[in-house]
Amino acid sequence: MKSVIKKIITFTITLLLVSMVAFLMFQVIPGDSVLTKAGMNATPERIEELREAYGLNENIVVRYFNWLKGFVTGNGYKSYTYNMDVWDLVIPNLKATILLAGYSLIIILAVSIPLGTVLGYMSGKKKKSVSRKIGSLFDVVNQGIMAVPSFFLGIMISIVFGLMLKWFIPGQIVSLEDDFLGFIGAITPAAVAVAVPKIAMLTKFTKSSITENIRADYVRTARSKGMTLTSILFKHVLKNALIPVITVTGVISTEIFAGSIVVEQVFGIPGLGKVLINSISSRDYPVVMAAVVYSAIVVLTVNLIVDIAYRIVDPRMGGKS
Amino acid sequence: MNNNIKRIGTLVLTGVMIISAAAMVGGCNKQDNNKEKDTIVVGIQQALDGLDPHTVESAGTREVLYNVFEGLIKVESDGTISAALASEYSINDEGTVYTFVIRENVKFHDGSVLTTEDVKYSIERNAGLLSEGGEALDDAFTNIESVNIKEGNKVELVLKTADSEFISYLNEPVIKKDGEKNANEKKGPVGTGPYKVIENVAGDRLELTKFDDYWNPEKAANIKNVTFKVVTASSAMLGMKAGTIDIFPYITEDQANELEAAGFEILDGNTNLVQALYLNHNCDKFKDVSVRKALNYAIDKQEILDMVAGGKGTILGSALFEGFGKYYKDCAGIYQYDADKAKTLLEDALGGEKLTFTVRVPANYEVHMNTALVIQNQLKEIGVDMKIDAIDWSTWLEEVYAGNNYEATVVGIDAKLAPKDMMRRYYSKGSGNLTAYNNPEFDKLYEEAVATTDEAKKQELYHKMQDLLAEEAASVFIQDNVQLVAINKKLTGYTFYPIYVQDMACVKWK
Amino acid sequence: MKKRNYTLIAGTIMVLAAILIAIIAEFYTPYATDALSVSDKFLSPSLKHIMGTDNLGRDILSRVMVGMGTTIKISGMAILIGGTLGVILGTVSGYIGGFFDEVLMRINDVVASVPSILLAMVFIGVMGRGTVTVTVALGIAFIPSFARVVRGEVMNYRHRDFVKSAKLSGAGPVRIMFLHIMPNIKNTLLAAVATGFNNAVLAEAGMSYMGIGVQPPTPSLGEMLASSQSFWGLAPWYVIFPGLAIIYLVISLVIFSNGLKKNM
Repeated sequence: MKSVIKKIITFTITLLLVSMVAFLMFQVIPGDSVLTKAGMNATPERIEELREAYGLNENIVVRYFNWLKGFVTGNGYKSYTYNMDVWDLVIPNLKATILLAGYSLIIILAVSIPLGTVLGYMSGKKKKSVSRKIGSLFDVVNQGIMAVPSFFLGIMISIVFGLMLKWFIPGQIVSLEDDFLGFIGAITPAAVAVAVPKIAMLTKFTKSSITENIRADYVRTARSKGMTLTSILFKHVLKNALIPVITVTGVISTEIFAGSIVVEQVFGIPGLGKVLINSISSRDYPVVMAAVVYSAIVVLTVNLIVDIAYRIVDPRMGGKS
Repeated sequence: MNNNIKRIGTLVLTGVMIISAAAMVGGCNKQDNNKEKDTIVVGIQQALDGLDPHTVESAGTREVLYNVFEGLIKVESDGTISAALASEYSINDEGTVYTFVIRENVKFHDGSVLTTEDVKYSIERNAGLLSEGGEALDDAFTNIESVNIKEGNKVELVLKTADSEFISYLNEPVIKKDGEKNANEKKGPVGTGPYKVIENVAGDRLELTKFDDYWNPEKAANIKNVTFKVVTASSAMLGMKAGTIDIFPYITEDQANELEAAGFEILDGNTNLVQALYLNHNCDKFKDVSVRKALNYAIDKQEILDMVAGGKGTILGSALFEGFGKYYKDCAGIYQYDADKAKTLLEDALGGEKLTFTVRVPANYEVHMNTALVIQNQLKEIGVDMKIDAIDWSTWLEEVYAGNNYEATVVGIDAKLAPKDMMRRYYSKGSGNLTAYNNPEFDKLYEEAVATTDEAKKQELYHKMQDLLAEEAASVFIQDNVQLVAINKKLTGYTFYPIYVQDMACVKWK
Repeated sequence: MKKRNYTLIAGTIMVLAAILIAIIAEFYTPYATDALSVSDKFLSPSLKHIMGTDNLGRDILSRVMVGMGTTIKISGMAILIGGTLGVILGTVSGYIGGFFDEVLMRINDVVASVPSILLAMVFIGVMGRGTVTVTVALGIAFIPSFARVVRGEVMNYRHRDFVKSAKLSGAGPVRIMFLHIMPNIKNTLLAAVATGFNNAVLAEAGMSYMGIGVQPPTPSLGEMLASSQSFWGLAPWYVIFPGLAIIYLVISLVIFSNGLKKNM
């Protein structure tokens, strides 16, 4: 219980720090929110009026607390550019990115854990056996796939499967609110592009973890007692081998999230990446801040979940990681 | 423990199966590009900054909202001014009082009828006259003294100082009185245009549908629904080829070639910009007129056009573009490309010292970036070392435009259709003088031109100003860039205007 | 006698080849990377232009060569910055522990919970676009991963006997940290550097692809991919060669780091 409270406090403090750092950084950035909004044909009076309306004439501490108040209560927390609640603006995009990242993660787990297990099982067999050779061949292929940047893969997927084979329509507009299934369908190519290099990575990791365990002493003991390798695999090896896999999954989750932001651009998916690029280039700080804090929440939550999952799977792991 | 893992595994697998099934269903909604669709999609590269036509600032938003809102007058594609919500108008001889007869039976999108009150409200809102000490939303409207409703459905506009060019500002949209107060960002204020808003998804798309009660049957919309979708250039290229985008304006020459090969029709018009290598007159390096002239001789404008736009575009020699009609004077012939002459001029001016300067370019505009690259190459030939500093638009506005912190920049300057709007950028007391140009002779001409109501005199003065800027080599004026639009071959009627407009009402199926 | 580590040999050769190309590009490219030419637009690969030309008539081979150099330089510098700071922070934090460790790790979390792309975008605002910005932003983004790895290792070693005996013989904490503990984590660190380098290459390419990395006219592989994406129909070679170059770089780094791990 105590550790849960401690975790929550740490979580909150980290978020506050993130927001402070981000807020400070934006003060140093060249480029002016009001000038960018008002453009080259605005009167100096209009610019001054907007500056006043946004509270930009206050000092930085006041502005930070105003921001914090606005962000927490949501009262009058509006985008400079769109004159609308930041919440309404960022949440749909955040949803899209989380869906994309989550979808990729599911694909990654669904493919790489069974594949890695099978490959690991095969290389656990006798040396020079056919299955072991197949395993090594997979390693080489894996190595290649891991090296493909997901945005390049995205370009290739849209060219080959979108334009040449016409399996899907690149850039098709599907609204997340109106047509959830359609949206999931539309982001499938993007999810695949994000997933493939990570599948290679996790497969490799699962494989080596399984192999290591299969060669471990306890397997040998079990085999000497007459158990088949397959039943040992399901009864003992999987449990032990998947613990490190969970940790690695946690680590790549953040990478998947970051990768989704880039791949969104390739497929024109209206996600967090689009919001970030638009709002940073228009110096729309309320939106930028919201996007930064929300994505920090996502990353921190993922880390927390991994931490908890780790404890559940392996209760021996208490205290510090 | 074993069970846990199995359970998780089952859960994951079920999830994958459901989602893959969904993906198949979603993937089947394919569109047929060769059929007449109810909805056409226009790709735009900048997100809309709102739906209130008076407070939005970006030209990219205004040109989209043109379909939803109208002004008292309309600028036609040839630059002439025609009546719109005002059925007729008159100007007094001094150029201080404008009287408009408001058209009857014009309906707003909510079904109500346009009144003189709505017109008065819209103009006063722009001029900041709604409340005591209100701020004008539009610089041009600060010249308005009062707006009065007159007998016979008339509205009278009284100006503070005479301005015979004021009429061209009155394409400023008329909205329903107080209609913006209930407006949200999904709908926006109420207008009278040929299209009305279904929904705006900020940062992503604006969905419009035909307004059936539009007052002018001749200009009514043809296509039922139009969606403006915010896209990046590269994803739009894929979208065009896949048939999800039908019209894509502001493409580069290379993109046009690519899309033409993919079966799109390419239309070209003017962007109505003065693209130039703008030289900061506060910078000592450009104080000497010979240096500025040398740069003008050293830059081969035709090569720039060939490089960035396949030879398309209008070469300019001074600060106005063709869209200004009779006020425009072709000064392109003053400096013919002559590298030797440029070298000699430069050597005489600098005594053999090498000229080095930095040009700050807004990197988000590919055409300006490419232009800068070509200029860099050309200047290398006469021994000038030009460095390129790529900055983003927001930084450009603060540092270059507002802060005058630059040596030179490559950018395109736009203006409203009044020539003084462009020329004020060279007037030493004017706002928006980005090159800090200061020439008493020019100031005198400018003041005279703005004051006079004699059209012939005005035209002559503007011609003189253009000559002066060219002879003085105020900057290196390059071109009015070509505007290339890729359009679905089944569509026709797309029209170019001398102002920022994406008029969808005139687009129809062949 | 140990079996020869062929993976390491192959990886080293591949990495060295990439570096060699980058070094050659500093002194010699077939064409100037900024030489524009109207008549040479979109030439398909030929003996004159082995990888063809791009939308401004520039030689793609030359640009890929220089672009590879740009990517290697940026990634290398970023790893140097991130590695050095990460190692110092990780060592100190792992060795001292307690409250100081707690604070450093929270800061680490803060940096780690902001995606590196985001961090870079903020840095652009502060320092303007360009090579230095990308380098610094990536460098800072890589601090947490190094710090975490090193901290864990240092914590493993700080209660070992050889540390205790060093303490008894009067060695100061700095000496213990960097002279006694550091040699033991050398291998882990080397592997982290190789993996980090690999991630840096991908991140740099991704950022340049999104237009927030290296700015034109400096060639970079990501930037080339971004501008080529529109022209795949007219000039597929423009997409493929920079893409292959990135893949080659990453593959050689992956093989290299696998080789290192085998050696451990």
